[in-house]
Amino acid sequence: MALLEVHNVHAYYGNIHALKGISLTVQEGEIVSLIGGNGAGKTTTLRAISGLLPPRAGYITLQGEDLRRYKAHQLVSKGVAMVPEGRGVFARLTVEENLEMGAYHRSDRTGIAADMKRVYQLFPRLEERRRQLAGTMSGGEQQMLAMGRALMSRPSLLLLDEPSMGLAPVLVEAIFQTIKEINKAGTTILLVEQNAHMALQTAHRGYVLQTGEIVLEDSAHNLQQNPVVQKAYLGID
Amino acid sequence: MAQFDVRETMRLGLLAGVVAVTVSMVGMVESFNQRDVITRYLTLGQLLLFTAPVVAGFLTVKRAGDRSWRALPNGALAGLFAALPIFALLLLTLAVPTIRQQLVNVSPTLIRILTFDNGQLVGGLLMMAAMGGLGLLGAVVYVVPDRISDPISLAVGWTLLVGLLSEVLLNVLRPLLSREVVRFLFGTRGIQWQTAVIIFLILAIAVFLWRNGGRTYYQRIPRQVLHWLALALAILIVWIPRDFSWLPPSINPLWIKIGLTLIPLILEALLFFSTRSATQPALVKSITDNQLGRARLASRYLIVLLILPAILGVYLTEVVDNIGLFILMGLGLNIVVGFAGLLDLGYVAFFAIGAYVTGILTSTGPLGVAGLSFWVALPIAVAASTVSGLILGIPVLRMRGDYLAIVTLGFGEIIRVLAVSDLLKPYIGGAQGVLQIPKPVLFGFTILQPQHFYYIILAGVFLALFIAGRLRDARLGRQWMAMREDEDVAEAMGIHLVNTKLLAFGIGAAFSGLAGSIFAARLGSIFPHSFALLISINVLSLIIVGGMGSLPGVVVGALVLVGLPELLREFAEYRLLLYGALLIAMMVRRPEGLWPSPVRRRELHAEDDLAMQEPA
Repeated sequence: MALLEVHNVHAYYGNIHALKGISLTVQEGEIVSLIGGNGAGKTTTLRAISGLLPPRAGYITLQGEDLRRYKAHQLVSKGVAMVPEGRGVFARLTVEENLEMGAYHRSDRTGIAADMKRVYQLFPRLEERRRQLAGTMSGGEQQMLAMGRALMSRPSLLLLDEPSMGLAPVLVEAIFQTIKEINKAGTTILLVEQNAHMALQTAHRGYVLQTGEIVLEDSAHNLQQNPVVQKAYLGID
Repeated sequence: MAQFDVRETMRLGLLAGVVAVTVSMVGMVESFNQRDVITRYLTLGQLLLFTAPVVAGFLTVKRAGDRSWRALPNGALAGLFAALPIFALLLLTLAVPTIRQQLVNVSPTLIRILTFDNGQLVGGLLMMAAMGGLGLLGAVVYVVPDRISDPISLAVGWTLLVGLLSEVLLNVLRPLLSREVVRFLFGTRGIQWQTAVIIFLILAIAVFLWRNGGRTYYQRIPRQVLHWLALALAILIVWIPRDFSWLPPSINPLWIKIGLTLIPLILEALLFFSTRSATQPALVKSITDNQLGRARLASRYLIVLLILPAILGVYLTEVVDNIGLFILMGLGLNIVVGFAGLLDLGYVAFFAIGAYVTGILTSTGPLGVAGLSFWVALPIAVAASTVSGLILGIPVLRMRGDYLAIVTLGFGEIIRVLAVSDLLKPYIGGAQGVLQIPKPVLFGFTILQPQHFYYIILAGVFLALFIAGRLRDARLGRQWMAMREDEDVAEAMGIHLVNTKLLAFGIGAAFSGLAGSIFAARLGSIFPHSFALLISINVLSLIIVGGMGSLPGVVVGALVLVGLPELLREFAEYRLLLYGALLIAMMVRRPEGLWPSPVRRRELHAEDDLAMQEPA
């Protein structure tokens, strides 16, 4: 049984049909990447999975359990954590307070402290800036904070929306390295990226979205070799 | 050497002139002229008029950044430019004697003020000379070294403030001083010039000494000595003879004085034993030194707060009561706007509901339904406000920002319109309001005077401060702040937005209901016009001025926005104008408020923060 299964999901923004029957699966321990152009429905798929935009048709299961029964805020304790696009750190809270918010639904103090330590090991930069307001940090540091905050909820599935957006190339490299590390430590990751090159290098498998539909599905390696993908998303003629 | 731009000088000067003419033409100068700051020498109207050229002169030389004496003529020039619009106004009154039909406030009195009683032409020239001189003065302030100009300008500012608030001082000091001393210090209105000179000299010398080494001497005084001095001062304030006629006859004022003296002394004794004795009493062990130290400090403020009504007298206590009610409302709205970030413009509705529920439940008049005592009605009124807060919350759950503000604005108006409507007239009296609300009775004693209500309000404010402070640091406070920052992310963190929002509306409304309930009992009758939109705007303004999300900020904001206009009655007519000016000035110069929460301050001065961290 797959960790996450998305079955023929349709989602709308008002009258706009944004997802036209998306189906995908994520196995335990995988990194799966969704790639595609602007408006393809990548972010919408993540919003549907995390409950922020409930689907009108189709269903989503996590470890076999139907997620339609849960509201967005309840999904956190089910093990789904999301790092939103544009990072969405609480700008007026300090780094440490942001991380504490990530563990909002938990009450085991020792576990939280241990996870906090783990996040600081993963991102030493955050420990240096513990008392700083999140809004005053650089884009890369905010991305680290958003990821660290998501990890604080001990997710079984981590949803990452455009982690490379607006970052310097050297930082992009580092962020994807960290994504691999997080995955190796046992967290399953569903990744949405415009930077198809980096995404496919990091992921095990990938889906290509176009105007709300999945047009291609393959292992990351095969997708990298696929001439259509190369032409449309990797800039190789 | 810096170049002077004549056009810049002209721009600033004329701008100051336009300000001066505007305040004259809206009638502020004339009505403020009724109040002497320094008896017979300076009125508030003149102060208002003459601040403009001083500021123009100061800014002109500051912009050029030239601190040499050569800069001075430019200040004078700016002052002269500032006088031009006034001169033009005077000429206009000569050319068109009937101008008053169009400009109602250009009265003969105003012209007398503007010309120093000398006729338009001679007086106008005099005014120009005076303004030129004042512009020069402004330039001098910038040119002389800070070492000298800082103490002088600070002392001038405080002296003028004391002059403005002379009535308050007189009220407090009159019972203490002999008639001759009072007459020497205070005029019929404002302070005498001798007083002004004395205050100015004391302050200027004190600030000068403080800046030039006094501070280091002060820091060398042992903390203990300062501690005991403060305690002695607080106890002295308690024991000064006062008017205690408002106390219930069964209570001897002497007991109160002894009691108030004992509170801090017992704390001192506890502290003494906790540090000196090897075998500590069990009670002391459980309290940390830090807590005891804070209690020690708080006890000094507390005894002064408890004796305050006796010091202030009836009128000023009434003012303080009003401030207290606004603090209560401010603390509630601060939860909604400051903590949870939900802009609520109809906050007065909950105040009204609290007041009406109390009124109807306790009134002995025809509208009273239950004849309950105030103490029973109070929790019911608070509960009713809370429920109405939740009811307002439900339909606006999905709204954000501007839309939320519009809906809540409408809600506030609906409640007010319902209160005056014929529909509800049989139940809540329509425009005639609810009358014959009895005064609360506590242990057989009727709470009647402002001094009595002071203690109820004080208790309410303390309770509200405590609750708001604890909530802010609790899980719920974090939820509110996370929601304020980003609703989507907060939800993705596992925060239930519906509950969080409704709790903010409900708890915020409860504070306002408490204030409304006390308000009804204090006045004895309530009318719909007491619950106008202006109250909501007042409360919101005081939060903004004090500092969003800051608890001490609410207190400071209420003192400034509610206290000052009460004390300076001339302000009342121009209240909104002054609010607007103050809010704009705050947004430009100090957007974090007068007493901001630490987070707000760090947010708006992040550069300073980083600059401090970088070298490390």
